[in-house]
Amino acid sequence: MESRRRAAVLFLAPVALVLAAVGGWPLAKTVWFGFTDADLANLNSYAFIGFENYYTVIDGVAVGLLADPEWWRAVANTVVFTVASVALETVLGLAVALVLNQPFPGRGLVRAAVLVPWAIPTIVSARLWAWMLHDQFGMVNDLLLAAGVLSQPVAWLAEPHLAMAAVVLVDVWKTTPFMALLLLAALQMLPRECYEAARVDGASAMRRFFTLTLPLIRPALVVAVVFRCLDALKVFDVIYVLTANNPRTMSMSIYARQALVEFQEVGYGSAASTLLFLVVALFITAYLMLNRGRRGVGAAT
Amino acid sequence: MRALAGRAAFAAAVAAILLWSLFPFHYALVTAFKTGSELFTVTYWPAHWHPDNFQAAFRDLPFGRNIANSAGVAALVVAASLALGVSAAYALGRVRFRGRGAVLAVVLAFSMFPQVAVLSGMFELIRALGIYNNPLGLALSYLLLTTPFTVWVLTTFMAALPAELEEAAAVDGAGPWRTLVDILVPPLAPAMVATGLLAFIVAWNEFLFALTFTLTDDQRTVPVAIALISGASAHELPWGVIMAASVTVTLPLIALVLVFQRRIVAGLTAGAVKG
Repeated sequence: MESRRRAAVLFLAPVALVLAAVGGWPLAKTVWFGFTDADLANLNSYAFIGFENYYTVIDGVAVGLLADPEWWRAVANTVVFTVASVALETVLGLAVALVLNQPFPGRGLVRAAVLVPWAIPTIVSARLWAWMLHDQFGMVNDLLLAAGVLSQPVAWLAEPHLAMAAVVLVDVWKTTPFMALLLLAALQMLPRECYEAARVDGASAMRRFFTLTLPLIRPALVVAVVFRCLDALKVFDVIYVLTANNPRTMSMSIYARQALVEFQEVGYGSAASTLLFLVVALFITAYLMLNRGRRGVGAAT
Repeated sequence: MRALAGRAAFAAAVAAILLWSLFPFHYALVTAFKTGSELFTVTYWPAHWHPDNFQAAFRDLPFGRNIANSAGVAALVVAASLALGVSAAYALGRVRFRGRGAVLAVVLAFSMFPQVAVLSGMFELIRALGIYNNPLGLALSYLLLTTPFTVWVLTTFMAALPAELEEAAAVDGAGPWRTLVDILVPPLAPAMVATGLLAFIVAWNEFLFALTFTLTDDQRTVPVAIALISGASAHELPWGVIMAASVTVTLPLIALVLVFQRRIVAGLTAGAVKG
């Protein structure tokens, strides 16, 4: 038994080493850089400046991340994006899952078709939609003009109050399949007997859905929503391609990368990255705390 | 009558799902085969199938090279993640030891890292190793994205294998290494296909690291190449070429999804629902 444990350590060592090198060390480095004035041009010489990247007062003026309205706007944008896209894809994903849960000819093919938007690289889906939403030559404007919904073309990606909606639309298109397939897996594990009993009792389809299906798939629904929220909080690709550095749609990741790479302010950008990490960590902690009473976490196997 | 209406509504729902999922790709395909001024009129089927945009992507851009970079990176990432994952899954799935749950939790925590939060440290690491602006640097950084779920999913499947398998091997005097390679890996193959596919898709599609850790066009992977295709000005983007490139890199993924959809779904749900 003792030799097996020693073997276990050996077999775990490679993963531990790799994750420490590509995850633990870089994260520690980012947190450290956040307390320095490092810049990209010369990463080897920098000074420790404490919390100045976060907040400090110079000549009576508050500066730093926490005093930057652009940063708070990025935080607000990220929250709006997360709530809107996760809510929409949950509702749509559930609808798709309910349809796919019914047996019908060709169901396997439809299920494969649903996976297509998920498999397409985010960059590609963003460019596909940018083309379809093009203000002059896009098919969305063409269709809506022909149908009489619009009287003149709309610049979906440039119009200040529409840009975020367009970003959410593209993200929902891309991520609904993930939601749908997780929920479908949950639906397929439901016990049939309950449904037969409910049908005998004369419960309507609507009633069966709200009193039986929804509570039964709740655990899977919560896990799927949490997973998607974690991804949405880190959103980068879709916004970078669709609206670039437009402050109306700038997310926390976009803000941090802009500081790190475009402005070359590694210290400041690392501080922003650290804050994003804290937001994600806080979200996970909150979820685990809320979940603790209900079931053990981590005992998956 | 009501049953018929219900069936019609259901068929309409299925049709709407298909249209919503597939139409954007169809439209990209149609656009990719248009040239010149055809691009500026909306049609849902091309009048002629011009291959010009596909030729331009490979002639005027290093797109063939970009595809080779992406394929190489993805292959390396799949191989390394599976090797690391199987090894860790043996320790976590077959051996009882204290702190096993904690190790699994830590591994899972790595998959929650925002990519941007490791950007500056990773940049430094990659430069120190001399693989900045090199697909090898990307392959290394992608291990952060693929190993956590590979370890989790493979551990789940490894733990589900019957104990008799190992007992028989122990009677034959096989050590842990032989037991793993000869006895446990073969029944694990379907799970390895599923996780390998997911790792492939992650590596093939990744953008933020690839954008940051490569500099020159010939070192880029496909997503960055497509994101950076630009025209003479922002208003003159070569949409035909962009769509041709997009269609080209998406086709292998669609083929994979069609062939392996059951496996992919199994991998996804094992990773998420059971986790």
